[in-house]
Amino acid sequence: MLFFVLRRLGVMLLTALALTFIVFYMTNLPPNLEKLAKSEASVRMADDAVASWLEENGHGGPVLLRYAQWIGVAPGWVRLEDDGTTRGRCIASGMAPEDAPTYCGVLQGQWGYSTVFKQPVSEVLGRSVGATGWLMLWVMVVMVPTSLLLGVLSGMREGSRTDRVLSTFAIASTATPEYVSGVILIAMLASATAGISPLLADWGWISGKTLFQGTATSAMDDITFWNFALPVATIALYGIGYIARMTRASMTEVMTQQYIRTARLKGVSFKQVVMRHALRNALIAPFTVIMLQFPWLLNGVVISETLFNYKGFGWTLVQAAGNNDIDTLLGCSVVAVFVVLVTQLISDIGYVFLNPRIRLA
Amino acid sequence: MQDMMTWGQIIAAIALRLVPVWLSLAALFAVSFALKRRLGLYGRIFDSPVGMIGFGMVMFWVFVACYAGMIITHDPLVQVSGMKNALPGSPVKGVEGAFYLLGGDHLARDVFSRVIMGAREVLKIAPAATVVAFMVGITLGLPAGYIGGKLDTSISFGSNLVLAFPVILLFYLLVTPEIRVTWIPTVLAAILFIFPVVFLTILFNSRFFTNPKQRNLYVGAVLVIGLWAYSGLAFNADPLGIWSMDPNVLNVFVSVVFVNSPGVFRIVRGMVMDIKTRDYVAAGQTRGEGPWYIMLWEILPNARGPLIVDFCLRIGYTTILLGTLGFFGLGVTPESPDWGSTINYGRRLLAIAPHPAVVPALALMSLVLGLNLLADGLREESMKD
Repeated sequence: MLFFVLRRLGVMLLTALALTFIVFYMTNLPPNLEKLAKSEASVRMADDAVASWLEENGHGGPVLLRYAQWIGVAPGWVRLEDDGTTRGRCIASGMAPEDAPTYCGVLQGQWGYSTVFKQPVSEVLGRSVGATGWLMLWVMVVMVPTSLLLGVLSGMREGSRTDRVLSTFAIASTATPEYVSGVILIAMLASATAGISPLLADWGWISGKTLFQGTATSAMDDITFWNFALPVATIALYGIGYIARMTRASMTEVMTQQYIRTARLKGVSFKQVVMRHALRNALIAPFTVIMLQFPWLLNGVVISETLFNYKGFGWTLVQAAGNNDIDTLLGCSVVAVFVVLVTQLISDIGYVFLNPRIRLA
Repeated sequence: MQDMMTWGQIIAAIALRLVPVWLSLAALFAVSFALKRRLGLYGRIFDSPVGMIGFGMVMFWVFVACYAGMIITHDPLVQVSGMKNALPGSPVKGVEGAFYLLGGDHLARDVFSRVIMGAREVLKIAPAATVVAFMVGITLGLPAGYIGGKLDTSISFGSNLVLAFPVILLFYLLVTPEIRVTWIPTVLAAILFIFPVVFLTILFNSRFFTNPKQRNLYVGAVLVIGLWAYSGLAFNADPLGIWSMDPNVLNVFVSVVFVNSPGVFRIVRGMVMDIKTRDYVAAGQTRGEGPWYIMLWEILPNARGPLIVDFCLRIGYTTILLGTLGFFGLGVTPESPDWGSTINYGRRLLAIAPHPAVVPALALMSLVLGLNLLADGLREESMKD
């Protein structure tokens, strides 16, 4: 077991290094750097001025060395200016060059400075990841019980009418990506001219113009049902169908097993068989699926936050990518890669723990 | 001044515009029903109601894309003054008897015509990208599963690497205007587009190498046509100028294939590892068949059921990915009528005028739903074997 976990950790570390290097390389491509130079220094810079600006600000040199500096395993660049001052990656303004640390990268907690938000990246990320945490929490609270219930109910009696109806719903929900369901939900529930809101307003059932709010910006300060239900529903809907189908498949498989038949023949009631015998075995596979849903949830988060203007992680990623904010984009990708790899690890280890049939040497 | 159309009139008018589609659908279903016992797996779709509904929805959009030029009521790019965000069924100002059946968008263009043309954009890329992704996945997955060892470890590591990337981050890195001036899209295209050629060459060579005459004919044809298309599509260097791809579309195409192929690889690899323990594989090995023959002509045909099902699901997924790209305004021109970018522009005015976003949203949903239902029907029917 210990060897298995260590091996997994090793592969994970290698994956993390490879992924962050790819992102670093792609964000630091020459055209991106040129754009950075032009936006930071002057728009009308000649090509050689751009080259020298990049050289002076530590964007020159081999890409591996720059990557190592960004990670924090190579000493940050230091440069002696013509006027005698020393500038460098690790030397903040107003700091004496002698006091500055040699290494300053992601490992040391120096995530760089965001050119869009005019703040250190760690602050930007801290705020936005916190906001997204709430979103994810509510998505999980809605999605996991709903989808497991749907899956178990439809897998309990394969081919019954309940099964057909619930399976159709599950297929429809997997066919509705977040940007479609979000648009339809807003049009139905949060538009002043269409859907049910004008009707309700006519009847005097709601005081405002719309039933739900079409943006979740106010949820940054205060989460209420009316401003948060739609973004949560948008993300959860897409996931529910998939997890429900997986749960259904695993439930139908369990229900055909010998021990279920034995229990039934011994006279245990159907309810007891499902609750006591089938459920625990049927929920092993969905656990893995739920954990592996996290990369997809990240997708959903990005779309939903853009659509509802909720300034969380996804919104920050879009802003950073759209405005060539290299440090923030790198920070975002570190967080994303971390989340994905950790959930993969949890799902692997959890699977082994939950399923006593798998024994690792 | 003409009156607005009622919803009944709008639906009737749209149904009338779609007459060629209804006729083709009726003809297709009639022929397929008559011959369903002789058409193999395709014919068996018509035994399952779910599969039939799904197939109908998919073919509806395929025919819409084919006849798009006949169906549209206005040029999808022309802006008519005074029709900005017009409601569905509004008469076009100054033209007698012309209507915006599903209203106008934020630039006063006809939403109905744009959705119809958008079907063409989506169906041009999604199936082709899925086919290439399948070729890549199969060509890599077969040896990884069959031979295993170090080869398997290294390819699997690479595919897990791509799968661990959040898709949107990858798109934001791969599909940008800046990246087009670098070598990355060309190299990716060069690597990904060679796989179909390699796949077909090995496929025919492993089967016909005992009969050099036939082999030379097939492999020669594949190599000539394949490399000709390859030079045009990947490097835009076709001497005759027939095969070429807009750099924007190439970028989108390559990234979609890149994201999809590791998924195919995983499925193929898993199935090969299961099938290679069967007796008929051992029999082939004992006969002295080469490894590629066993992989491509013994194992692959026996894995076709799940692969066909996954193919349908994956076209739907690719459609969703293309929509995501459009939704973030990546890799498409602003005038493009594809559904994702129409939703993107429509969403900004959702509170006042929902129809420009809702119509393409429903269109995309119905196409993906049709593909998923078709996959479900196929799965049910192929399990009956």
